[in-house]
Amino acid sequence: MNSLSELGPAFLEATLQTLAMVSIAVLCCAIFGLLLGSWLAVTSPQGIAPSRGVHQVLAAVVNVSRSIPFLILIVLLLPFTRLLVGTSIGTAAAIVPLVIGGTPYAARLVEAALLDVDPGLIQAMITMGASPVQSVWKAYLPEAIPGLIRAFTVLAITMINFSAMAGAVGGGGLGDLAIRYGYQRFRLDVLILCCIVLIAQVQLIQFAGNFLARKLDRR
Amino acid sequence: MSLHQPAIDVRAISKRFAPDAPLALDAVSLAVPEGEIHGVLGLSGAGKTTLLRCIARLEIPESGNILIAGSDWTSLPAPELCRERGKMGIVFQQLHLLSSRTVEANISLPLELNRRPNAVIKARVAELMQWFRITEKAKNYPAQLSGGQRQRVALARALATNPSVLLADEPTSALDPETRASVLNTLHNIRDQFGVTILIITHDIHSAAAICDEITVLDAGRIAESGSTHQILQSPAAEITKRLMAHNASPQNIDTTLHRSRFEEIGQI
Repeated sequence: MNSLSELGPAFLEATLQTLAMVSIAVLCCAIFGLLLGSWLAVTSPQGIAPSRGVHQVLAAVVNVSRSIPFLILIVLLLPFTRLLVGTSIGTAAAIVPLVIGGTPYAARLVEAALLDVDPGLIQAMITMGASPVQSVWKAYLPEAIPGLIRAFTVLAITMINFSAMAGAVGGGGLGDLAIRYGYQRFRLDVLILCCIVLIAQVQLIQFAGNFLARKLDRR
Repeated sequence: MSLHQPAIDVRAISKRFAPDAPLALDAVSLAVPEGEIHGVLGLSGAGKTTLLRCIARLEIPESGNILIAGSDWTSLPAPELCRERGKMGIVFQQLHLLSSRTVEANISLPLELNRRPNAVIKARVAELMQWFRITEKAKNYPAQLSGGQRQRVALARALATNPSVLLADEPTSALDPETRASVLNTLHNIRDQFGVTILIITHDIHSAAAICDEITVLDAGRIAESGSTHQILQSPAAEITKRLMAHNASPQNIDTTLHRSRFEEIGQI
């Protein structure tokens, strides 16, 4: 049986895999989430260009994808993942369900952060002749920056959580290590160490998120 | 715009917020000639803000027309309205400055939205900051300013596109007497300097008396009376005007020569 120290390189690799998976997934989710979330906020009844039909269709898509448990989503997406990256196992393959599962979640967080912006401010923008796109670009997004950073912090932490689940089906990373050694080989020490590294990552992200949000808050 | 066309021409507008709700505005008409300061007075719920929102086309009246500098805003399609909006500046009661933008970036916002060239924006913003004595605050954020400074930034922003009409919603409420006098003075000077037509919404009869050429008193969505400030304050005809004057009976210290002379002219109200 390998001692914990012999597993050092495996730990390092798994940690880096988790970080890579999470950072790429968060980046993609943030971009798609900003687009989808802005669209949701703009078309919502309190938005600048309310559109019942568009909003309901978007909301339905988001709700349906959010109600599928992540583990099931990974399985459902297997053929698509294989099509996209050529394999359904490993870190690259895990990013696909992470992005697809995380985007609707990010969109809802973005929508909430944007709708938190004082509606009076948006009306002022309209009276200055702003188009809906200009309102989003020049008022909604910049005014919501502290809220958006807090939203992306929550997103990043959820992604760490999801990435550990992706590990369970061969996605690589700390979740994978914890399952293979901690669960299948009864290595409680590996399991605990994986948890400690995950906790440290979450704490670090939360701390950085809070710091940035405070730093950029001009109110 | 022809010479005798009013800058703001509100023609019999009515507005209700739900099909079975009472009329928030009931056939309200008012015309403000170019270069005048017009006050709309009334108690809370009289329809002052609804009128302002209709003039700003944040609400669409169910009947009637509103002409701004000669063009009918009630029937303008969205893209043209966007372009026309540069003709109107608005100072909201809560000012609505963008907290994420510095003073200069707030003032340049309407010009950016109108896609003016950068050099033009820079020159205009510098000119306005100097006029409003906020140049040294250019790089500050609104949260770092005093109430009076924020008010000046909001006024500068409203005037950025060189509008022919300025709407001010309760510009003096929640201000201390000294700042209030200075804001009223500034509004008066803005009219003289920029030739802009000003419509002020207020419940404070003293503010209106100090700078308005004409006054319209609203009561429950209808015009109770309308006419020159002097005439209305000298001999108020409507019950609501008398009540407004009684509510504001305590002599206010609006300490500028301009306003004092106006107060003397109309007697102690």
